[in-house]
Amino acid sequence: MLIIKCPWCGERTQTEFSYHGEAHIVRPQAPDELSDEQWADYLFFRKNPKGIHYERWLHAAGCRRFFNMARHTVSGEIYATYRFDEQKPIIE
Amino acid sequence: MTQDNRLPAPHGLLIDRQQTLTFKFDGREYSGYAGDSIASALAANNVWLLSRSFKYHRPRGILTMAGQDANTMVQLPDEPNVLADREAIREGLIVEGQNYNGSLTNDRDMFVQNFARFLPVGFYYKAFYKPKRIWENFWEPYFRKKAGLGKVNEAAQEQYFDKKYEFCDIAIIGGGAAGLSAAAAAADAGADVILIDENPQLGGALNYARFDVEDSAAAALRQQLLDKIAGRVRVFSNAVCNGWFADHYLPVICGNRLHKIRAKQCIVAGGNIEQPLVFHNNDLPGIMQGSAAQRLIKLYGVRPGSRAVVATANSAGYGVCLDLLDAGVSVAAVADLRTDPPPHPLAQAVAERNVKIWHGHTVYEATPTAGYRHVSTAAIRPLSGRGTCSSGGDTLECDLICMSPGYMPAWQLPCQAGAQLGYDDTRAAFTLENLPQGFALAGAINNSTTLAAACRDGRRAVATLGYSLTTENNDNTSDEEAEEMINTDWHIFPHPRGKEFVDFDEDLQVADILNAAADGYDHVQLAKRYSTAGMGPSQGRHAALSVARLLASASGKSIAETGITTARPPFAAEKLGVMGGRHFNPERHTAMHQQHIALGAQFMPAGLWLRPAYYGEPHARQQCIEKEVLAVRNNVGMVDVSTLGGLEICGSDAGEFLNRIYTGSFTKQAVGRTRYVAMCNEQGVVIDDGVACRLHEQHYYVTATTSGVDNVYRNMLRWNAQWCLDVDISNVSAAWAAVNVAGVKAREVLQRAGCDIDLSTEAFSYMAVKTATVAGIPARLIRVGFVGEMGYEIHVPATFGNALWQALTAAGAEFNIQPFGVEAQRLLRLEKAHIIIGQDTDSMSFPHEVNLEWALAKNKPFFVGARAFEIVSKRPLQRRLVGFSLPADSPKPKEAHLVISGEAMSGRVTSCEYSPTLNKIIGMAYVTPQQTEIGTTINIRTDGGVMAAAQVEALPFYDAEGARQKL
Repeated sequence: MLIIKCPWCGERTQTEFSYHGEAHIVRPQAPDELSDEQWADYLFFRKNPKGIHYERWLHAAGCRRFFNMARHTVSGEIYATYRFDEQKPIIE
Repeated sequence: MTQDNRLPAPHGLLIDRQQTLTFKFDGREYSGYAGDSIASALAANNVWLLSRSFKYHRPRGILTMAGQDANTMVQLPDEPNVLADREAIREGLIVEGQNYNGSLTNDRDMFVQNFARFLPVGFYYKAFYKPKRIWENFWEPYFRKKAGLGKVNEAAQEQYFDKKYEFCDIAIIGGGAAGLSAAAAAADAGADVILIDENPQLGGALNYARFDVEDSAAAALRQQLLDKIAGRVRVFSNAVCNGWFADHYLPVICGNRLHKIRAKQCIVAGGNIEQPLVFHNNDLPGIMQGSAAQRLIKLYGVRPGSRAVVATANSAGYGVCLDLLDAGVSVAAVADLRTDPPPHPLAQAVAERNVKIWHGHTVYEATPTAGYRHVSTAAIRPLSGRGTCSSGGDTLECDLICMSPGYMPAWQLPCQAGAQLGYDDTRAAFTLENLPQGFALAGAINNSTTLAAACRDGRRAVATLGYSLTTENNDNTSDEEAEEMINTDWHIFPHPRGKEFVDFDEDLQVADILNAAADGYDHVQLAKRYSTAGMGPSQGRHAALSVARLLASASGKSIAETGITTARPPFAAEKLGVMGGRHFNPERHTAMHQQHIALGAQFMPAGLWLRPAYYGEPHARQQCIEKEVLAVRNNVGMVDVSTLGGLEICGSDAGEFLNRIYTGSFTKQAVGRTRYVAMCNEQGVVIDDGVACRLHEQHYYVTATTSGVDNVYRNMLRWNAQWCLDVDISNVSAAWAAVNVAGVKAREVLQRAGCDIDLSTEAFSYMAVKTATVAGIPARLIRVGFVGEMGYEIHVPATFGNALWQALTAAGAEFNIQPFGVEAQRLLRLEKAHIIIGQDTDSMSFPHEVNLEWALAKNKPFFVGARAFEIVSKRPLQRRLVGFSLPADSPKPKEAHLVISGEAMSGRVTSCEYSPTLNKIIGMAYVTPQQTEIGTTINIRTDGGVMAAAQVEALPFYDAEGARQKL
């Protein structure tokens, strides 16, 4: 079970958190200008990489705030956790 | 019975000879000492047959004495599959054998082994399928009856289980020489250490194995190490570390308590697992690991036999031999698989005691006594090649064969942590490589098998974790004695008559593994699933090495390539009670909970909340609900709606925020007005509803469903994290208590209770919201009509909930006010066709399917789900929620009953009740678009397959104009 560093609360155990899918998916500004296919892409299509994944987590049983995480999907190693208003870190 | 096999002190480290205990095994009474395990006490009484094997019902006895094999599984009254070599005896304990037909000593099912050649590996897949259905009807029930192990006592007394959290710098698993030495060094370096050991007494092999001729080194070292750690290390004995999870999270089971240990780093000093020699009849009682015989002698003071044969391929076997001799067991011979072993003091000492040593020989077969209950002879044969013997040697009478051909490192925890298993061909042993961060091995598991090497390795492990060792601990002296080779490269001897068991749990013989490979399952993972090797209770502890070697030789691959199957938690069997822990089901009570109890409420769960379902006795349930319903329709009722979700949305963008989150339009909503709200997810599916009350230009009070509010709140936070609107969102569900007073006399009740505002329709109309005081309590009053009558939802701070309920009860007394519960409320709203999210909707319900098109605002830029709904609404409608009715006396459909058209299902019922107001059965169901016409007959399959013909009706069923709620 992972130890996750909440940007506000610090290191806590994984059971306090919930996972909310891929991060950095911005809702398109003008939905009406997108085709149905493009909208379906936004809604449903996710990267699902084997490797580094940027994902959204919620400190559900803590401060109840969302944040982002860069995590390796094979090893589970967490490279960074960061707030929504922080730059997406580039992990080599 | 007397304990004939008991040895005098100092043998028996764990037993207290002052305390005699009596217990029963298979109906007979025996005595043992406090500290005895069931198996050791029985062995002291010369009882060796403990169980019957899984498939062939062969007699089985002690194999490891380490609590790591299935041979010793016995039945306790309240617990099956108890390990007799781990479970301590208690006064009056009743123990039974298990998995036999007849008696443990005469198992009628042992005939099965005569048919072994007709039960080849994979036979489940190959046979029993003809004629048709014979598997389901005959073979499967037969095998289930024959193949089970213990029996579950469903009337067993409930036990107390709990969990505890622990934290430390270093968790050390294994309290032998290496683990103790690591613990001492880590404590010296200032680390907070937890030492976990599965045995009752720390020391590991120091307690039972023999490292020197005088047999004094181990005990001295043990005492020295215990002195070093005393008071400085937290010790968990009788504790099994049952897995390794990410970031060093260790579940450690100690009796009925699960310790969840979060360590910063781990050292596994779990030792080696001694492997059996594979030869004909190697499973007979009386044939055991060398270490098992030593544990019997040293830990329990039990003589493991009277005449022994020792088969070995390392010096440990000679240690066993010396221990046997010292315990008064005569040793008929030692069969050493090595042709030309290096000299060793232990071997030298054995030779000096005139024991016949056969180099280059093995035990090739054993024969049982009459009645097949114990070993009676061992045949020693010279090796002629890998796994083959030539004639010669000798056949010796014996009642004990000790096997010490080699070891497996205890690979389970390291492999769970990500380490890889390699194979060192020169040492003929598995090795552990690529350890993860913050993880170290120490001692025999790391191929450091001598005492000095194990201790040094324990200290080294602490250093590799980044601790600076004290000068005393930091010795770089290399071991003067060369590391001994402890394994032979081949220990498997196929026999023309088979019964050379590779996996004792699953009764797998050499041919079974070879046949699996021949059938094409030569990958270790496939072979496991095909043959069930390693699937039994001991999880391959004593089979993995043999299986790897057999498969490697069959497939022509190296053993390193062949490997072993994936190690997964749990390490040892664990009880469901341990997983469950304490019965801890938190429940939420509203502020009026005690009032409901006083009124005789029957409660039902709603999320975590307990809500009154109805008031009255369960046997009169239907009458109670109808009485409550009719009171609301004809007079006045009150219901506790405190569990409703409540959200405060404040800020200059509050209206805009709701516009985006909910489907309706809110920017033009007047202050003091309330609007219905429906929420979609981004896929356009309806996920929640409620009402939004505008209390101020920049302040909305929004309700949400009881079970949905947490998700609604989360969604709001998530969206606004992206939108960054000027809005403050708080979940105030628990801060407010609320009562809905509904019925034609609601206004009079409120006036009587004392309300400081004008309640007339003109001043306070339907769907208005006002702040006021009720009975002196500050309140938000909302005129809503969920149950379809004039009513006021009175929201007050939770602290005043109880007072409000009491005030309304008192004020309502003269009007005969009726408290009503969730059941009545559900029926009342069904009459009004107000949908309940989650009951009348599912995870695919779009707004137009549940008649919510009216709630979708067209004149705003967007709401969450709008774009997806636009796409969905262009497609043909799949289904729609309609109302239906049936005469009062027809069979009553239930939720989830199917609507049937011809042979196919065309929909399902979501809500259905008998309405006393309308005197008919009413409900809602999803149907196909062709069935939505008013008056259409739909056929519903009710309980028992009885079909009921219902008429599609216009919604709502009651007061279509909504006149009553607007009074």
